[in-house]
Amino acid sequence: MSSAVEPRGWAKTALHVNGWLVYLFFYAPIVLLVLFSFSESRNVGKWGGFTLDWYQQFFDSSNARGALSNSVKIALIVTLISVILGTMAALSLERFTFRGKKVFDALLYLPIIIPDVTMAVMLLLFFGQFYDVIEAVFGIQMRKGFGSISISHIAFNISFVSVVVRARLAGMSTDLEEAAVDLYASRWKAFRYVTFPQILPGIAGGALLAMTLSLDDVVITQFVSGPGWTTLPVYVFGLIRKGVTPLINAVSVVMLLASMLLVVLSLIAQRSRRTG
Amino acid sequence: MTPAVELRRITKKFGDVVAVDNIDLSIKDGEFFAMLGPSGCGKTTTLRMIAGLEFPTEGSLSIFGEEVGTLAPNKRSVNTVFQNYALFPHLTVLENVGFGLKMQGTDKKETRARAMEMIELVQLNGLESRKPAQMSGGQQQRVALARALVNQPKVLLLDEPLGALDLKLRQEMQLELKKLQRDVGISFVFVTHDQEEALTMADRIAVMHEGKLLQVASPEEIYEQPASKFVADFIGRTNLLEGTVKDKTTVVLENGSLVHAANSLVAGTRVAISLRPERAKIARLSDVSIEGSSLNGVIDTITYLGNARVYGVKLDWMNIEIRQENRPDAELYEHGDQITVYWSTDDVSVVAG
Repeated sequence: MSSAVEPRGWAKTALHVNGWLVYLFFYAPIVLLVLFSFSESRNVGKWGGFTLDWYQQFFDSSNARGALSNSVKIALIVTLISVILGTMAALSLERFTFRGKKVFDALLYLPIIIPDVTMAVMLLLFFGQFYDVIEAVFGIQMRKGFGSISISHIAFNISFVSVVVRARLAGMSTDLEEAAVDLYASRWKAFRYVTFPQILPGIAGGALLAMTLSLDDVVITQFVSGPGWTTLPVYVFGLIRKGVTPLINAVSVVMLLASMLLVVLSLIAQRSRRTG
Repeated sequence: MTPAVELRRITKKFGDVVAVDNIDLSIKDGEFFAMLGPSGCGKTTTLRMIAGLEFPTEGSLSIFGEEVGTLAPNKRSVNTVFQNYALFPHLTVLENVGFGLKMQGTDKKETRARAMEMIELVQLNGLESRKPAQMSGGQQQRVALARALVNQPKVLLLDEPLGALDLKLRQEMQLELKKLQRDVGISFVFVTHDQEEALTMADRIAVMHEGKLLQVASPEEIYEQPASKFVADFIGRTNLLEGTVKDKTTVVLENGSLVHAANSLVAGTRVAISLRPERAKIARLSDVSIEGSSLNGVIDTITYLGNARVYGVKLDWMNIEIRQENRPDAELYEHGDQITVYWSTDDVSVVAG
């Protein structure tokens, strides 16, 4: 079997250089980041000998630890809820017909298209009004923080999850569901034993995407977080304003490791599905 | 005897499109029944209505006397073999076959035992832990059959069951399906667009066209006494000679020649005489003193099929096909030979023109 044409002469050299440049652009910043997170010098860009102080400082700082645990809590709850709602939305659009379906379909993509800042301003306005109404009606004073951030993240993640799950559903023939129902499955059992296992890779992909987007978000979160209650990326963003120290590098490395862990987990999950 | 499946005045519309148009049909218990027609004729929609995957717009549908018109598919004692088998790709053969029993709440041990028994019946022993993707088309077909039959349905529905197989395998499976049906003893209702398949397997055939039922009869009757031009043309090959009835036994063809037909005909009506290629005979123009009907023509094309030759014969006003079996004593003709085509009255059927 012949593979792709092997480049020769100067083309070969140029392609090699190109390849290495791409790797350089991708990974040099990461390597530098990791390296300098161990630098003793207060100056971010200057090597001052090896130390683990910055990591120490990160784990000692209650603000930093608080922000990290907030991020994880929010990511988990957001992933759970947006996966359920997003999957339901995908199912309704792929498998059912109802009045206003086209409008719903178009509106569902809106959070993906709208710029983050616009979405952030909208949500800020919304929570301002919404919390005022709650206070006026129930006399409960609510503060922005966990609730408002979670709801905001869910609001845009539903769209992303439903797009991913829908792609998977569209590739799955309705024959399988019909066969299940023909073989005495109720609608629920047909979903549980046939549809769900078939779209599970899509759901897993959607979940990882939602988790990443939630862990990652700065713009929207910054607008809807409250005083003293924020997530890790927003915390890092705040640190920069106070002056840059290698602490930021250490925090970034922690976040990098967390996202790499997610990727590895998803790869393992996919592999075990294929062989099992 | 109560029919296994009975359709009365069944109509199915999709929006403004009438897919099935007011059909009446009765399928006997234990019968191998074929629904035949070109694509879009409504045969699959009819099958899906029996399965419960579509509900009729009008009319009554019963299975062994019980009205099931709008009953959900999981409440009907029929099972379906789907066109592309629709095997569950994430389940093993054993799990696929046991699926229906599991859904009905049969206990695990019995489900396993009955599924294994059925896998043996379709000769897939040893493959029960394979996934569908690891099997050939023929094997997948057997899994689909086993998965349906394990539930002991009262009627088995098959949607183009052999459509995805290659010719050789298809012919093998035709015989095997027929044998399986005899062993199981329930009625098999299968949909096909392949007239040869329908003729080979079915006890009775329903020919459909544009949502209407044109004829329901045995393969012999469908082939030899087609009820309409469409049926004559769709089942096997035929030459349709159009003309007008002169008197009870004579038809005037378009070029003015007279031919005989047995059916008692009504003078003045437009008819078509269906002359099957293998029923007509050829002789050299000079040789003849022929009884029955004949038409003169010229050999135009010759197609060699191995077991037969098909001559394209040019008549004054149309071309026809004549098939000659390849026997050692067959007289061969060449392009341009002047010949006469002749047949006896029993060899043709007359349909409305």
